[in-house]
Amino acid sequence: MSSEITHDAAHDEHDHHGPAKGLMRWVTTTNHKDIGTLYLWLSFIMLLYGGSMAMIIRLELFQPGLQWVEPHFFNQMTTMHGLVMVFGAIMPAFVGLANWLVPMMIGAPDMALPRLNNWSFWLLPFAFGILASTTFMESGAPAFGWTFYAPLSTTYAPDSTDFFIFAVHLMGISSVMGSINIIATILNMRAPGMTLMKMPLFVWTWLITAYLLIAVMPVLAGAVTMMLTDRHFGTSFFDAAGGGDPVMFQHIFWFFGHPEVYIMILPAFGIISAIIPTFARKPLFGYSSMVYATASIAILSFMVWAHHMFTVGMPVAGELYFMYATILISIPTGVKVFNWVTTMWKGSMTFETPMLWALGFIVMFTIGGFSGLMLGVAPVDTQYHDTYFVVAHFHYVLVTGALYSIIAAFYYWVPKWTGHMYNETLGKIHFWWSTIAVNVLFFPQHFLGLAGMPRRIPDYSLQFAEFNMISSIGGFAFGLAQVFFLYIVIKTIRGGEKATDRVWEGATGLEFEQLPSPPPYHSFTEAPPVR
Amino acid sequence: MKTSPLKLAMIPVLMFGFGFALVPLYDVFCDITGLNGKTGRIQASQIDANRVDTSRTIEVRFLANTSTGLPWSFEPLVKKMEVHPGQLYEAVYRVRSSSKETTLGQAIPSVSPGLAAEHFNKTECFCFTQQALEGYETRDMPLRFIVSSDISDKIEQITLSYTFFSLGQG
Repeated sequence: MSSEITHDAAHDEHDHHGPAKGLMRWVTTTNHKDIGTLYLWLSFIMLLYGGSMAMIIRLELFQPGLQWVEPHFFNQMTTMHGLVMVFGAIMPAFVGLANWLVPMMIGAPDMALPRLNNWSFWLLPFAFGILASTTFMESGAPAFGWTFYAPLSTTYAPDSTDFFIFAVHLMGISSVMGSINIIATILNMRAPGMTLMKMPLFVWTWLITAYLLIAVMPVLAGAVTMMLTDRHFGTSFFDAAGGGDPVMFQHIFWFFGHPEVYIMILPAFGIISAIIPTFARKPLFGYSSMVYATASIAILSFMVWAHHMFTVGMPVAGELYFMYATILISIPTGVKVFNWVTTMWKGSMTFETPMLWALGFIVMFTIGGFSGLMLGVAPVDTQYHDTYFVVAHFHYVLVTGALYSIIAAFYYWVPKWTGHMYNETLGKIHFWWSTIAVNVLFFPQHFLGLAGMPRRIPDYSLQFAEFNMISSIGGFAFGLAQVFFLYIVIKTIRGGEKATDRVWEGATGLEFEQLPSPPPYHSFTEAPPVR
Repeated sequence: MKTSPLKLAMIPVLMFGFGFALVPLYDVFCDITGLNGKTGRIQASQIDANRVDTSRTIEVRFLANTSTGLPWSFEPLVKKMEVHPGQLYEAVYRVRSSSKETTLGQAIPSVSPGLAAEHFNKTECFCFTQQALEGYETRDMPLRFIVSSDISDKIEQITLSYTFFSLGQG
């Protein structure tokens, strides 16, 4: 009897080797590779959507004075650009990479909760559909900045804010479900022999990131729920008239917001820790210190939130504590950068496209880290606060940091995913074009900020004109480079030189050593041997 | 090291609650430390007349604001005062309604520097209750306060700010 069932099950599986046909495949899929692809495409679409809003911002800032858009629309653009890039482009891209890679890296057949996985993804198009629709509403889109400080987001907010709140709830539910899935997969489904300290660093960083997500996304959900009840149900969480406090909004928001910035960078550390050893042809230097550094960054991230609020009128003792705690984070982060550099030391390095993006990450993320240190120093932050220096800082860590790592991951793993090599020349053009453009775009913003140009303002004094024009030109060039990237992506998916199973000479890990390129639709139905 | 998704799901549920728990925690934290400019309140009988420190004077400045939506003008009759720590003083604010309806307002205090807040105690204040002003009414409202004599001697000046918020029509 039991052998019959086993036989039937095996037979069943035989019939459904490949994906279903047609569009419904993508709607009903529970396959981690399909869902990974969906996440990555959503993230790319959001990158182009958020990027087009950045183009409007840079267009308006091309010259002093108001030429193209109304200030209120400009505010909507800065708000939506931030929200779409953070929640729509960077976070889903990392979840997509986790979906594709985590099961293949730990030797699991799929994610632990495949149906939940489908739901996690399919909430997002609706969340972003709702968010994007606010632009076409009578009140316009939310215009209070992506940090949606009360009372701008409560007393003075447009009606569309309720749609924004609902969209944030959906994104939060999606992230929390996705994270639970990733933790369950990593802790329960590793192939025999894959101990925690043998896991690739990408898996480690995602495990820690997933814990951060389930800890702080609900706090964000709480913050927007309080906004909602303040707006409609007579509560006064953030309204001084009823005994509330708008400053408390900032505390709650940044209690979410600071771990959030590490959610957007820890998986990037994992990607870089995979790419650098491959192209340096040396194992990663200091694997366990990398794990401990990641964990320390995650723990510290809960204790430093008020460094975003040095100017709200904190007592000196508070400023000192948050300043020292913030600066402390540079130690584990420094450990990582030095480990990457030491991995390359005396390695047989080659500079294929993924390596170029990874090296670009290390150099430019470090620049962003240094400006972060400057901002973390409370007495000088009083000058830098809310200037373009802050804008330059977080774009260095998010664009040349997080986004660069995502693009590096694409070039590194796309031959594995599709079985096609990308065009090396086009990849290198994409890298150099983007890297020159992104520095023309963001480097002058440091100077603008130090000279006192405030962020989120559609107009500026005449002395800022040259640097803004330079920055805008860099912005248009960088935007165009990502349209070029779209061409490379489509071209690589549709065809290209056949990739080997190992793909890269120095590649290690189950996905390169144990699976063909492209991997079968269902991989590791039997656990692979782990050395 | 196995885990169950249901157990994991408890973490977001708890953290959602924690987000709301931050609200009272924040108030308790401000209460204990005296941060955030929340002033103290004491009974007149608790004042010890022997603890007046005449060797020190502190300048107290008074600010008054009304928030949008409340058609009141609001100002202190005296803009600043020199006070001795430990002694009880009275300041008067004048409020005038320019609405023909009865309107309700609530004053919220804030003290700067924040560390002075817990030493700035009031025995009587118009901010303790809601104020209802009839149409075009003018009212003088008293405030009795005492700066505690254990206030840090680094503090030479205290700014007390009141903002009247609208609570609608009465």
